[in-house]
Amino acid sequence: MSIVATAVSAVSADFTPPGVEEFWQPLFGTDGPWAITRPILLSVLSVILITWWLLATTKKKAVVPSRGQMGTEAVYGLVRNGVAKDLIGSKEFMRFVPLLFTMFVLILTNNLFGVIPPMSFSTNGRIAFPIALSLIVWIVFHFVGMKKHGFFGYWASLVPSGLPKAMVPFIFVLELITDLFTRPVTLALRLFGNMFAGHILLVLFITGGWYMLTNGGILVIAGGVTWVFALIMFLFEILVEFLQAYVFTLLAALYIAGAVADEH
Amino acid sequence: MHAALATAEGDTGFWATVAPIVPHPLEFFFGIVTFAILYFVVKAKVVPRLEQIYADRTAAIEGGMNKAEEAQAQATAALEQYQAQLSEARGEASRIREDAKAQGSAIIAEMREQAASEASRITETAKKQIDAERQQAVVSLRGDVGRISTELASRIVGESLESETRQKGIVERFLSELEAGEVVREKVGTAPTTGEGGDA
Repeated sequence: MSIVATAVSAVSADFTPPGVEEFWQPLFGTDGPWAITRPILLSVLSVILITWWLLATTKKKAVVPSRGQMGTEAVYGLVRNGVAKDLIGSKEFMRFVPLLFTMFVLILTNNLFGVIPPMSFSTNGRIAFPIALSLIVWIVFHFVGMKKHGFFGYWASLVPSGLPKAMVPFIFVLELITDLFTRPVTLALRLFGNMFAGHILLVLFITGGWYMLTNGGILVIAGGVTWVFALIMFLFEILVEFLQAYVFTLLAALYIAGAVADEH
Repeated sequence: MHAALATAEGDTGFWATVAPIVPHPLEFFFGIVTFAILYFVVKAKVVPRLEQIYADRTAAIEGGMNKAEEAQAQATAALEQYQAQLSEARGEASRIREDAKAQGSAIIAEMREQAASEASRITETAKKQIDAERQQAVVSLRGDVGRISTELASRIVGESLESETRQKGIVERFLSELEAGEVVREKVGTAPTTGEGGDA
């Protein structure tokens, strides 16, 4: 044990674990608040890839689909029927399908960039992107809610009917905080946190494993085990990335559904 | 990964060390812009196309089902038509048979009638012919009998009475009497005498 302890202390002396700075990757020598960063490039790339894919696979509009069209249809069907139609209801869901579908494919692609070389970086690991997306969701669900119930009617609809009079102000404040603050913030943070932590974990397992492998001795075994774990984490990350895209879309649909519902 | 690590190690600026929940302005801007671009592509092109595919597929399936139903209906209609035609044909056949039977019996009756009338006509004709022939035979026989008897008589008498008897119509009268039944067998012996006597 003492050998391991010595080894570990020796390692921690000159091994720098990945930290926040790992996510700051300005390109082309730019810096500061307007620096063109790696995630910016990746987000643009994702839009190009998605646009190309979606247009290419739906071009023929075949009744009997090709494999590509089948894939696109499967994803579209998941968002359209599995999320939008189920949550918002068959009456009003169709006008939100483009929004939710865009949301899902954009988040999914950018998330999957985290495990696909050479991108190897999840765009949503940078808080600015989840904030942008949840801001859009936040604006949309408030807007459609006010459009449906009227400005005051919308705020009034936050309080469930049938409450004792004394409870109403209290519940209203709670619901207001949820509606204005908790929902968008948790929506953004959930996605960001998962991608951020996932990336840190992968980097840590890989660089740490590499460090141990190259430092010899007993650490080689530990390094090998670490890389096995890195592989497991890699597969786990794919699941998380898909799940987070799905959860984000699902919650966006849920918030919209709540806003356009007849009874809040 | 190594390159990333290298940059990270070398970078110590504000954006490299700031808390990760501080959004980078340009990244935020691109977050909005990339979403907006993709949203318009999806809304303008992708969703309409996919909905079109859905609609086409539904139409194709429903169309196929309708077609099948139509075919089924057509088959049923055809079957009914065939059955109707068959029963009609059967009815017609039996009617024709009935007609034929009736017609046949009518024909037979007619034929029978015709045959009967023909037969009666033939009988009539034959009777007439027989009558005529008998008449003719009677006439010729009368002539023959007259001539023979005259000849016989003249032989018996010894001289020819031929022209005389013909003039006086003895034979004619005798025969007329014979026909009228006035002459009886007993009188035959006397008749020539009276006749002869009368003639004489």
